[in-house]
Amino acid sequence: MIHVNTKVNGDDVEFLCDPRETLLDALRDKLGLTGAKEGCGTGDCGACSVTMDGRLVCSCLVLGAEAEGKEIATVEGMAEGENLHILQEKFIEHAALQCGICTPGILVATKNLLEKHPEPTETQVRYWLAGNLCRCTGYDKIIRAVMETAADLRKAS
Amino acid sequence: MAFDETKTEDFKVVGQRVKRPDGVDKVTGKAKFGADAVAPGMLFAAIVRSPHAHARIVKIDTSKAEALSGVKGIVTRADFATGLTGGDLDVLENVMAGEKALYDGHAVAAVAATSQLVARDAAKLVEVEYEVLPHVTDVDKAMASDAPVIREGAADQSVPEGMHPNVVRYHESGHGDIEAGFAEADLVVEDSFKTEATHQGYIEPHACLAQLGGDNKGELWCCTQGHWNVQKLCAAMLGLETSQLRVTASEIGGGFGGKTAVFIEPVALALSRKTNRPVKLVMSRSEVFRATGPTASTSMDIKIGMKKDGTITAGQGTFRLQGGAFPGAPMEFTAMCAFAPYNLQNVKQVGYDVMANRPKQAAYRAPGSPMAAFAVESVIDELCKKLGLDPIEVRLKNASKQGTKASFGPTWDRIGLVETLEAAQSHPHYSAPLKEGQGRGISCGFWFNHGGETSVTLALSEDGTAQLSVGTPDIGGSRASMAQMAAEELGIPYENIRTTIADTATLGYNEVSHGSRVTYASGLATIKAARAAVKILCARAAAKWGIDEDAVVWENGCAKPSGPNAGEFDPLPIEKLTRSMGRTGGPIVGHFEATPEGAGVSFATHIVDAEVDKETGQTKVVRYTVVQDAGKAINPAYVEGQFQGGAAQGIGWALNEEYIYGEDGRLQNSVFLDYRIPVASDLPMIDTVIVEVPNPGHPYGVRGVGETSICPPLAAIANAVSNAAGVRLKELPMSPPRILAALEDQANNG
Repeated sequence: MIHVNTKVNGDDVEFLCDPRETLLDALRDKLGLTGAKEGCGTGDCGACSVTMDGRLVCSCLVLGAEAEGKEIATVEGMAEGENLHILQEKFIEHAALQCGICTPGILVATKNLLEKHPEPTETQVRYWLAGNLCRCTGYDKIIRAVMETAADLRKAS
Repeated sequence: MAFDETKTEDFKVVGQRVKRPDGVDKVTGKAKFGADAVAPGMLFAAIVRSPHAHARIVKIDTSKAEALSGVKGIVTRADFATGLTGGDLDVLENVMAGEKALYDGHAVAAVAATSQLVARDAAKLVEVEYEVLPHVTDVDKAMASDAPVIREGAADQSVPEGMHPNVVRYHESGHGDIEAGFAEADLVVEDSFKTEATHQGYIEPHACLAQLGGDNKGELWCCTQGHWNVQKLCAAMLGLETSQLRVTASEIGGGFGGKTAVFIEPVALALSRKTNRPVKLVMSRSEVFRATGPTASTSMDIKIGMKKDGTITAGQGTFRLQGGAFPGAPMEFTAMCAFAPYNLQNVKQVGYDVMANRPKQAAYRAPGSPMAAFAVESVIDELCKKLGLDPIEVRLKNASKQGTKASFGPTWDRIGLVETLEAAQSHPHYSAPLKEGQGRGISCGFWFNHGGETSVTLALSEDGTAQLSVGTPDIGGSRASMAQMAAEELGIPYENIRTTIADTATLGYNEVSHGSRVTYASGLATIKAARAAVKILCARAAAKWGIDEDAVVWENGCAKPSGPNAGEFDPLPIEKLTRSMGRTGGPIVGHFEATPEGAGVSFATHIVDAEVDKETGQTKVVRYTVVQDAGKAINPAYVEGQFQGGAAQGIGWALNEEYIYGEDGRLQNSVFLDYRIPVASDLPMIDTVIVEVPNPGHPYGVRGVGETSICPPLAAIANAVSNAAGVRLKELPMSPPRILAALEDQANNG
């Protein structure tokens, strides 16, 4: 077992993990953060998306041990207290989710996109999210929610 | 509002784009899906699966696995009930192989251990000795005389004599005189089509947490489209009394029909009983592909005759569906849906249910219908082209209407096919110019929709709000539409209703969330449960005022005296009545239980523009419009979502998705990298038009909308691609190699 010290959503945490366990396993099974989902375990669906030191990763492709000394951000850290992040608000408003299993990963990925590219085109949004599978919506309402969030954030800044 | 009255206008909450009540849970990661539950002392399980497409199981040696530290129990078929017959036996055979493994990925044993890693390690140590048998995975080959027999004696009495034992059911329907019809035609087109199996592709793998003690009392948490069905099947498979197993449905991460069956739930229960510990079992994606329900694959022959003016004189279809190693491929639905959009004097359809060494097919969104539309609508398109006719005009000319006889027997009630065609015709998309290399396709589609056993309870709280318990898992926002309908009836704000998906101990039997039935059937039951509660509220007000119950009406959340003879009383708001309910007769609860049979059928017309790169064979869908009859859209945002989702799945099916088997009978593409479902960059925005032709069988006119949206896409896209490529595509998916082969074939043969 490996002893890992890391930071998740701003909190210092530690856990013990098997060398074979993924960061996703550690988040879900060791830290009880089940917002990130395992849809494939092979980095193809993006349901387990988190950021590690600001970089968007599939947590199923990162080993738990690799989190040592890093800063991890998950969907659980998006809202501030009872105030949802504007992306979360827009997803609800636009009916941009049906079953909701892909939603945490898509929100994490989109937040990361808007931090890096505050003025994305529709095509940019579609390619950025090409690693996040959604089987319910056909992506239409997701793209609209993201585009409107980006526009609102620009107005606010 | 009287108990049976229909309401078609002046809606206050219904028709609004309200925010779903579970929205916050879903965007914050709080929502608990199948794999998100834990229990103290929980073990983790892993399943041992056959690597062979068809093999006799000679011996299973678990000794090495048992010796691994942390392993707590192993189950095989011997740990399940014996003496099952019919459908229950088929389900058990699929859940855990008996004498033979029938497909690559068929479960043969399962292990429970103290961690997921140990369970997986132990599964690899289970030694299974197989005697490999000849296999077959293609539908046409499985019907041929030299095909290996999957299982003797599986055919029912419907199968004509002389067929191969792998043909297990037969269907025939239609009316009129086919040959006379073809003789009347100016042009007859006959062609054959094939579609590969596709997977529902829900992003959440099957997951459950089971607890079963030696006293045979159990608790099960699982992601399912129907937990009463899970309860019934698991009880049978483990030899339990149904009522002793309480099943709770988790949030469900997509189903599309694929979570209407059981796969891992009986296994987790068996392991829990054996180890006397809670057992969590979660499938990997590869297991989902290899061992849970894909669609049937098909082979179809279509013959249609048409006059020069576009009148269809006769239609004939033969539909062979391969549904895996068990009976049940939905060939009768394929046959019945094939010509349903058209008013034909002469029509005949034949279906064959064929077994092969593949996983047992499961329902996938309008099971069987999309393939039928692909074949039939391709031939209609070809006829239109050869006769120089407009494809929408031809469909309008032949469209089924109220009072015409359906191709499979019944006479249509009020239906909205013509309205969808007219809306498609006048949509700007239909007349927009196409660019070089692009083609346009249209198609109609049909689905029956379903009612089914339904039980709903609505309990009023002392503050005048309401707790609504329904038994149909919410797979796409149905808690919102239920709350909207309850709020409409009670005359209170939408936010004052809390909708819960109740467990199996709380309500009467509820059929699975399938057949596009939830907004229709649970919605109807919700309306009637609310009306039952309103009746009690009115009675309480009448008692307070000392007037007759019939002299009280319910309006805007208040009891009011009705008419001048009832007396002069101030309206009594719901909250006043509920605050005092303990003293005026006790809790106020409305409930409704029935098997509603008025699910209105639904039709759709889709328009697609596709662009084909003739050098690479790559296709891009550049514009897409869905027009569908929803009867009455309770929450238009989520109706649009169903339209868009069905279209997107159809695009995947038409262009990319397929089960690819090797010569060895093993599935070669069991991960999302190789089984490619549409991603955001593959798709355009998907335009929607909601047509509302009220369903006479629902108090607000609702028709189910979930399934019809996947019926037209395969055909509409095939027509668009064929128009763009200049060659008729007859096999799905229209992947680049197939398009290139069709182009090459055309170049070689003219």
